[in-house]
Amino acid sequence: MPESTLRPLPDRDFDFWAAHHLLSRAGFGGTPDQVRALSQLGLDDAVDFIVDYEELPTPEVGGDFQSNIMRPATEAETAAYRRAREAGDEATLSQFRMRRQKRQVADRQQIREIRKWWIERMIETPRPLEEKMTLFWHGHFATGYRAIEDSWHMLQQNRMFRDHATGNFGNLLFGIIRDPAMLRYLNNNQNRKERPNENFSRELMELFSLGEGNDYTEQDIKEGARALTGYSYRDDSFVFNERLHDSDQKTILGRSGNFDGDDFVRIILSRKVCSEFLALKLYRFFVNDAPDVPTRDQRPFLKTLAKKIRSGEYEIKPVLKALFKSRHFYMDTNRCAVVKSPVQLTVQTIRCLQTPVRDLTTLAAANELMGQSIFEPPSVKGWDGGRSWINTSTLFIRQNLAIYLLTGKRPDVYDWQLSGTRYDPSILLASLDADARGRVDPDEALPYLCRFMLGDIPHPSRLESLGEFIREHDGRIDGDRLTGVLCLITSMPEYQLC
Amino acid sequence: MPREEPNAYSRRLFLQQGVTLASIAGTVPWFVQQSATGMMHPLDSAVSSLAGVPEERILVVVQLGGGNDGLNTVVPYYSDQYRKVRPSIAIGAPGRPNGGAGAALELDQEAGLGLHPQLTGLKSLHDEGLLGVIQGTGYPNPNRSHFTSMDIWHTARHDAKGNGWLGRYFDNTCNGTPDPEGAIAIGGTAPLAMHGDMQKPVSFESEDLFRWLGQDLHASMKSPYDSINRMGMPDDVEPGTQASFLMRTALDAQLSSDRIRKAVAQKTLVNYPNNNGLARQLRLVGAMIRNEMRTRVYYVTLGGFDTHANQLNSHGNRMRQFGEAMKIFQDDLKAQGNDKRVLTMVFSEFGRRVAQNASGGTDHGTAAPMFLVGPMVRPGVLGQHPSLENLDSGDLRHTVDFRSIYASVLEDWLKTPSQAVLGKTYQKAEVFNPEALK
Repeated sequence: MPESTLRPLPDRDFDFWAAHHLLSRAGFGGTPDQVRALSQLGLDDAVDFIVDYEELPTPEVGGDFQSNIMRPATEAETAAYRRAREAGDEATLSQFRMRRQKRQVADRQQIREIRKWWIERMIETPRPLEEKMTLFWHGHFATGYRAIEDSWHMLQQNRMFRDHATGNFGNLLFGIIRDPAMLRYLNNNQNRKERPNENFSRELMELFSLGEGNDYTEQDIKEGARALTGYSYRDDSFVFNERLHDSDQKTILGRSGNFDGDDFVRIILSRKVCSEFLALKLYRFFVNDAPDVPTRDQRPFLKTLAKKIRSGEYEIKPVLKALFKSRHFYMDTNRCAVVKSPVQLTVQTIRCLQTPVRDLTTLAAANELMGQSIFEPPSVKGWDGGRSWINTSTLFIRQNLAIYLLTGKRPDVYDWQLSGTRYDPSILLASLDADARGRVDPDEALPYLCRFMLGDIPHPSRLESLGEFIREHDGRIDGDRLTGVLCLITSMPEYQLC
Repeated sequence: MPREEPNAYSRRLFLQQGVTLASIAGTVPWFVQQSATGMMHPLDSAVSSLAGVPEERILVVVQLGGGNDGLNTVVPYYSDQYRKVRPSIAIGAPGRPNGGAGAALELDQEAGLGLHPQLTGLKSLHDEGLLGVIQGTGYPNPNRSHFTSMDIWHTARHDAKGNGWLGRYFDNTCNGTPDPEGAIAIGGTAPLAMHGDMQKPVSFESEDLFRWLGQDLHASMKSPYDSINRMGMPDDVEPGTQASFLMRTALDAQLSSDRIRKAVAQKTLVNYPNNNGLARQLRLVGAMIRNEMRTRVYYVTLGGFDTHANQLNSHGNRMRQFGEAMKIFQDDLKAQGNDKRVLTMVFSEFGRRVAQNASGGTDHGTAAPMFLVGPMVRPGVLGQHPSLENLDSGDLRHTVDFRSIYASVLEDWLKTPSQAVLGKTYQKAEVFNPEALK
């Protein structure tokens, strides 16, 4: 029977495996101990613990970056450049170009550092939902470094997403129309009264709030672009160029007035479609990303979720709480129903199995190979997610990434040296009863490990394959044998789901 | 055009200006007519491009990353201006070396054009009538950022947004079921050019990475791994679910890995050099073609062309690798008997500025030559060499929009209407030998 309401899960059903599901989706999973502690809180407190994360400390992972590598040219520099250009002074012009290229090289280095910083933050944070929602907004308001070439602006945007991670969607929209990285990415710095540029207006409705072709017309895009004229930035700050702003009357989505960007956003928020669009995006991210979403069974639930968004005036927190407490969220059909994004796969493997972090540069490179380089989404549409993460080559990278984390064997054919720390997997089996010699029974350990790592009861054939492997190794499951089992479980196609 | 006159098209405008269907009768050569009317029957072309047929045509794209110095690749030795603005790096006319820069290999005497002295491999392809050089390719309002300009070449759109042109080609021809082996890139990540809505290219750096590394840990790992990953979809797993999709893909991955590794393990018919990154990649491509994989488009990349300083050695080294790899690859295809099936296309995101800079290198510029290789190519130097005097603030003005080359490749070689792929109609460049296309 499909659940169409936000009716909560009965507390007695919130067992270890439900807590496991919650922690995978609302965060990046956890160790057996962490899952157990969460389940013992009971549903309400567990969800509140995850969502009301402000009480928890922030991770200490550095984050000091330079703000002015890509500073704008000074007036003196601009004048000197112009003079050289007019005089055809190639030597000086060439110097200017060289200096600019040097700054670009330094800035590209910095974005790589920022990327590593964020991955480490996701691995270390006691507030996983904060990072997960930041990642959600990064994919939702996708901006690519390559096109804007300013790492500081990317970092500023990232901080904005984190500040509003579970805040109000309206504030995110007000923030994004003032965000230097996005203004540059969508060319709104060129959106002027005399020569409107429709790019931002189009994406604001199509990708950020209403969905493609939903509710708006080409005329609304034109009128909306006028409302956004003059929204630009100088150096690292938003500026509103009144001179370039079109203050005349516009008609957007059936309403008329001398609208500016904020009015445009308020008009969007007043549309029911906006809440439905956001509900679907949250649903695909947190609940189920099967390609034919929404199905007939899911549509009534999505309507309920959208209604919840509207009634709370776009506050995200109450929506997430209701979602994470709902029976629907825990239904069998929604367990193991999301394909792990590359970032999720990386961070979750480390957090659940407590492997060494190894080398962040390698992790960032592996994520790029798997199709998700953070700060570099493929387009303003963000990452398609779901099954599009998976193809024959990314599947091997995914399996080999796990090998790297578990053993230090680098996924790089030219450097097969084992690097760094040896991994101790014993915490995974700590809760199982051991015999007098400290050994656990494989018949008990294998189904438990599979379910812990896959989130679901494994297919019987999986246990047979693992059982054979263990029998070949004296029937014991410890040390390297246990690491071997983990390597095999992470190679299971089902491991790509959470 | 008879093969014996490779120079016939030198410096002549080879684009058929203003080809329209209405104007075809009687005025346009029959081969233009054939391809233009072909556009009217997209169904026909869809039928003729069914995947999985071994005699099918293949496209190999070679990307020279970093901005290849076109003027020192196809050398305009006729020009005094060239020597004047590149005093220490200009390559001399054949037989008349300019110091360390050396002397060009003859390419087109009538036009006064040569090849970089290290391009002996390309020169032999030219002598065999297998090389088409398209001069002055670029696009309006050139962008000098590596990334943006590369994206423009990959998307074939000036705003550099959206999917890649080859990805769109696959999307348009796959009837909703893309072949997972349709597009293969050698390298860590597949280039944007190959990404479509449906088509997701396969990419791997080397065949040794296109496999599970866990099997190297201990001999006992392989058997359980295989039983897990080669099982496919068991009867009791519901089809259409995420799990069944993943199980199927896992089996596909194993089979692909087997095929590719088997192909590459085979001894090649020619000897590829070891110290050549591009040759290493083309060896893989050659092996996959020989083993009749279903792949229609392969993509390889040679980087290191961003020659801002002391470029003579570094650019010379790239040129050697490039020419040598192209030649040996063509020899391989010929030995296999596959040369008529395979078109190779070479491009770079931009050329370099006309004048050298103060460090003996060149900065980011604009137009540069493209190369097409294969027996189906109209051989020789095609199009107009851009003027070295009439510059756009120190840069060449392009004479051929690269999308007209894409249009020809799509229409004449891949038999696909180009407008649907490129978003608008570009005049085709007549870069093929019509006899060889039959």
